[in-house]
Amino acid sequence: MSQIASRVAPPLPAATEKLNFYGLWLGTAIALLLLPKIFSSGGSLTTFSLIGISIIFSLSYNILLGQTGMLSFGHAVYYGLGGFLVIHSINIIGAHKLPIPLPIIPLIGGLSGLLFAALLGWVSTQRSGTAFAMISLGVAELIASSALILRTFFGGEAGVSANRTKLLKLFGWNFGPQIQIYYLVAAWTLIAVVAMYALTRTPLGRMCNAVRDNPERVQFVGYNPHVVRYLAFCFSGFFAGIAGALAAINFEIANSAYLGAEQSGTVLFATYIGGIGFFIGPIVGAIFVTFLSLGLSDLTQVWQLYFGLIFIAVVLFAPGGITGLLMMHRPLVKAGTLPKMLPSYLIALVPTLAIIAGLILSIEIIVHYTVNPGDDSHIKAFGVGFDAASPYLWTLAVILLIGGFLVARRTWIWVGHAWDDATSVAREKGIAA
Amino acid sequence: MSAAIELREVEKSFGDVAIIRNISLSVTQGERHALIGPNGAGKSTTFNLISGYMAPTSGSVLLRGEVISGLPPYQINRRGLSRSFQVTNVFANMSVWENLRCAVLWATGQRYAFWKNIDKLPDVRDRTAQILADINLTPRRDVPAGLLTYAEQRALEIGITIAGGADVILLDEPTAGMSRAETERAVALIRRLTEGRTLLIVEHDMSVVFGLADRISVLVYGQIIASGTPEEIRGNPKVRQAYLGEEAA
Repeated sequence: MSQIASRVAPPLPAATEKLNFYGLWLGTAIALLLLPKIFSSGGSLTTFSLIGISIIFSLSYNILLGQTGMLSFGHAVYYGLGGFLVIHSINIIGAHKLPIPLPIIPLIGGLSGLLFAALLGWVSTQRSGTAFAMISLGVAELIASSALILRTFFGGEAGVSANRTKLLKLFGWNFGPQIQIYYLVAAWTLIAVVAMYALTRTPLGRMCNAVRDNPERVQFVGYNPHVVRYLAFCFSGFFAGIAGALAAINFEIANSAYLGAEQSGTVLFATYIGGIGFFIGPIVGAIFVTFLSLGLSDLTQVWQLYFGLIFIAVVLFAPGGITGLLMMHRPLVKAGTLPKMLPSYLIALVPTLAIIAGLILSIEIIVHYTVNPGDDSHIKAFGVGFDAASPYLWTLAVILLIGGFLVARRTWIWVGHAWDDATSVAREKGIAA
Repeated sequence: MSAAIELREVEKSFGDVAIIRNISLSVTQGERHALIGPNGAGKSTTFNLISGYMAPTSGSVLLRGEVISGLPPYQINRRGLSRSFQVTNVFANMSVWENLRCAVLWATGQRYAFWKNIDKLPDVRDRTAQILADINLTPRRDVPAGLLTYAEQRALEIGITIAGGADVILLDEPTAGMSRAETERAVALIRRLTEGRTLLIVEHDMSVVFGLADRISVLVYGQIIASGTPEEIRGNPKVRQAYLGEEAA
């Protein structure tokens, strides 16, 4: 290392930092290993598997959106094609008794995703922005509609199914029980997360960020932004294919829903809610959205409406997503001024919760009268039973909404003041916000 | 020896409007050449034509004797020509360090590598550190480029331009909007960093132009009306009338 670099460049990580870094991955691996010992029910194992799949899919999406600045409306294409090719592969391998065990099958999904991304991506990555978004939407519609037309490959409405237990056994595992699938998904999730993290720290990964920030200038430092976007697109397709493969293995079926607009929308939703500005954001988003979709669908009939409202709220008030909100507080934690914020947060929480309660009440009452007007007015939502016909409840909903809003406006101003105080103290201590 | 940059009967029109009308210009290797002219004369367009941002309608641009007009900007950059922008054009969300490192990557042969850890490339690290020290932004290393002061952003702009080691440098109004003191510092920086390289600079500040340039070309309404040493330009009646006279009035 030359003198100038040792004086000027950012310090290379010390041995302890490196140890912490590898320790983090090792700790995650051990946690994944032990998780089923704590939550051993079939339901939770399925939930964990779905979360793992969603994490890989969301991170692959963020290679486009967060890292390279490309908004895709058709990312499920590569997820779905990965899934379909894996189902067909399992059937072929099973029928011919080929010596290929299930654990390496997701690689086939990844390579399928990569192949299709490489084929379809060259044209769409010519431009970023609106042109890319529109082309991604067009390609998605094309593939999704052909899924219903090309029945021999996509199996029409019913989809294609496979039996994952018929493949070559490894260590006596036939991957019938959910616990074995959990470990398969967990291992692949860890590998994919590590690989995608490593990708952000390569010359290509950094040029992706540069293309996101300023594709014009990239051309004047010797790089072709089209090639950068194309390579990012290929990597993104590869990891989406792995996620689709794991989903297909988990459900032992692939159908047109895998490729559809809803799947593409969900991954955008999870990634954005988690936060596109941080590597960990999509992981947080995947966990949050998976739990939310499993939980909300039990609690209310119109859970998708709440999904939409949450999405709008995040876009409007927290464009950095959940991770962005948490990371905002890092300087305060470092400066020890976080406790200054707590009282104002608690005060603001009360009217904010009142607004939410009023909103939920209004939505459920309106849904009752528009969707099932003839039914019994004693309905149940979020585990609470109430009478949708009661004028008292209507009044309560209105009071909560309007009163909550009026009070909340005040309290959020207090939060703003407390925030300014806390950050200025942090800044005085030399901690950059 | 062939010229570092040569423009041969270059024309550029947008629809019916001719912006550049038949420019021929030659900049010798190692020369500091200034391009001056009133607003709207086509100075920035000339830069865009040389750097590949636009292709000329007719005529050709040569870099060290090879035709480069029609090539995309990144290929021209790889052949050793680098430019800065009049309006600061950096990677706003990335730190100063990251900005400079991106500008160093191609020149150090990293291409689109996705199998190397960027922090473990001593070559890249050394060169980035060198440029960072050269533009005096070491204390601001980890600040996002978008949060720098205007003068700092201009310095970073120059840093990105020279980081790739190009030996032909085009600077588009590097001191625009700077205070007197900032301008002096910027000129000293430019003088130091372009030592031994070919420089073509667009500048409005006449003290900068006459202090820095070996030769000057005057562009008026898309045509070069005079080209020569600072003394020749100062004494040229056509220039005085078309351009310097306006300044005095």
